[in-house]
Amino acid sequence: MRTSRREISAVERFNRISVPTNIIFTTLFIVLALLCVIPVVFVAIISLSSNDSIEKIGYSFMPLEWSLDAYAYLWRERVSIGRATFVSVFITVVGTILGLYLNATMGYVLSRPTFRLKKFLTYFIFIPMLFSGGLVSSYLVNTQMLRIQNSYWALILPIAVSSFYVIIIRTFFQTTVPDSLIESAKIDGASQMRIFFSIVLPISLPVMATIGLFLSFGYWNDWFSAMLYIQSSHQELYPLQYVLISIERNMEFLSRSSEFMGPDSSIGKLPAESTRMAIVMIVVIPIALSYPFFQKYFITGLTIGAVKG
Amino acid sequence: MRSKKRFSKDDFELTMLAMPTVLWYLAFCYVPMFGIIIAFKQYRPIPGAGFIVSLIKSKFVGITNFKFLFATPDAWIMFRNTILYNLVFIVLGTVITVALAVMISQLRSKKMQKVSQTAMFLPHFLSWVVVSYFVFAFLSTESGLLSKLLEMWGMDPVIWYMTPEYWPYILVFVYLWKSIGYGMVVYLAGIAGIDESLYEAAIMDGATKWQQVKYITLPMLQPIIIILFILAVGRIFSSDFGLFYQVPRNSGPLVDVTQTIDVYVYKALMGLNNIGFAAAAGLLQSVLGLIMILAANWVVKKINEENSLF
Repeated sequence: MRTSRREISAVERFNRISVPTNIIFTTLFIVLALLCVIPVVFVAIISLSSNDSIEKIGYSFMPLEWSLDAYAYLWRERVSIGRATFVSVFITVVGTILGLYLNATMGYVLSRPTFRLKKFLTYFIFIPMLFSGGLVSSYLVNTQMLRIQNSYWALILPIAVSSFYVIIIRTFFQTTVPDSLIESAKIDGASQMRIFFSIVLPISLPVMATIGLFLSFGYWNDWFSAMLYIQSSHQELYPLQYVLISIERNMEFLSRSSEFMGPDSSIGKLPAESTRMAIVMIVVIPIALSYPFFQKYFITGLTIGAVKG
Repeated sequence: MRSKKRFSKDDFELTMLAMPTVLWYLAFCYVPMFGIIIAFKQYRPIPGAGFIVSLIKSKFVGITNFKFLFATPDAWIMFRNTILYNLVFIVLGTVITVALAVMISQLRSKKMQKVSQTAMFLPHFLSWVVVSYFVFAFLSTESGLLSKLLEMWGMDPVIWYMTPEYWPYILVFVYLWKSIGYGMVVYLAGIAGIDESLYEAAIMDGATKWQQVKYITLPMLQPIIIILFILAVGRIFSSDFGLFYQVPRNSGPLVDVTQTIDVYVYKALMGLNNIGFAAAAGLLQSVLGLIMILAANWVVKKINEENSLF
């Protein structure tokens, strides 16, 4: 029976680094790996620390007292925090689907060798990689011409397309979708629209997964669009990331629903510090749990992307 | 006269397929590009009229915005900060990332390689807002871990968010912390692509591990290093807004060491109500960025045609 463990060749075995070097390197990487993960653990611990503990000994890896107050508080304020979670999920889902459509159609069109406008459109998507109008004119165009401020569009559209993604998809189509397949479909009378949806897309799942992940992490992590385009009069459109920014100074966003209670009817102090960290956890946990499974797609994307345009 | 080939049905269908994306580019890239002339105008939105009408009708003021911008100390500070931070990021980032990628590829345990690479990739997936909370957990004056440790060791307390001296180091550290894992993945993919037989031949000739790295691994990684270098030089006038605005929590006393062009443009646009200055700084950033990337690419092309980006 073959063992599942990969046999390493004699050369490889001979060429390994010495044991002491290996120990030094291994230690170094253990330290670096911990350095990258520990802040997440630390914030998780803070979110589970009691208010008293934080007041007495500050943020600590070993709080005097553990407590679920922060999460209980978030649960009581589930209307506002649930709303923000919905906004985050909504823009992530809709943005990813829309973004995939826009990037993939352009990538496909640019991968067709006989297309008359191929050269023109290649320049068309390449120029914005070199030169941009900058924040001021983008902001003014979006708010005074397109008028998308204070709407979901403002959170979705500005980051839906990236020339980098289009080029990755184009390169993938060029190298893996055989021309003959498309030519024969054309002879059978299929339109380009149909070829794209029923032939090209089904065999392009790896690159779609890659770009889909780039897009969805991008949307989930986006706070800049909300900061620019969502005013405080439209708090129902705040995604989680922007809630984190707006509660940095005051917790007002969360406690809106308890306004009617009046100032002196509140029981005990609001666990402000641990609650902030608990919201950080709501944002981080989906990412931390999912990215290890997805990272191979990211790596594929980065490797295709490194091919020169 | 040269007769042009007709636009076939196929071309038409492909154009239609690309149309939504073309419109996106027009709205979100090309109209703003046209909008850069705002830097030469005294822009006033005209009630009821759109952006373009307001822009055209606004008073043309030539280079007044630039003159006034450079009369303020802000201009010098933000250009200095942006360029110096980027230079440090490029040099330290490249050296450390390449070194770590080579080292991790040498680890004897493949499992250890995989686990530490995955762990170090995590910061790349977190937003700057989240990172700013991580930093706050350590640096907060009342409760931060570092502040508490200083207190425990009987040292003078440091009000981190008010003490500019430390921030260049903190920002460089946070930048490296967030970006090294990503860079390592890129270089590791490059290392994995190197032909094994090169190493085998080197071993036959009795090359040491160090010689293999110096004469095979590094030269084979050179094209990737150069491409990433060109891209980084092209962005030398841009900065990560989140790193310089969110991580220091937009703290006033830190402005001298945290104000980059992007931070200034944002603040001028949102707070100071000075669109002209913001637009002037933004235009300089875009134009200088374009010049830098073309220049870097040109230089690389002169040295080695194959390594250029375009």
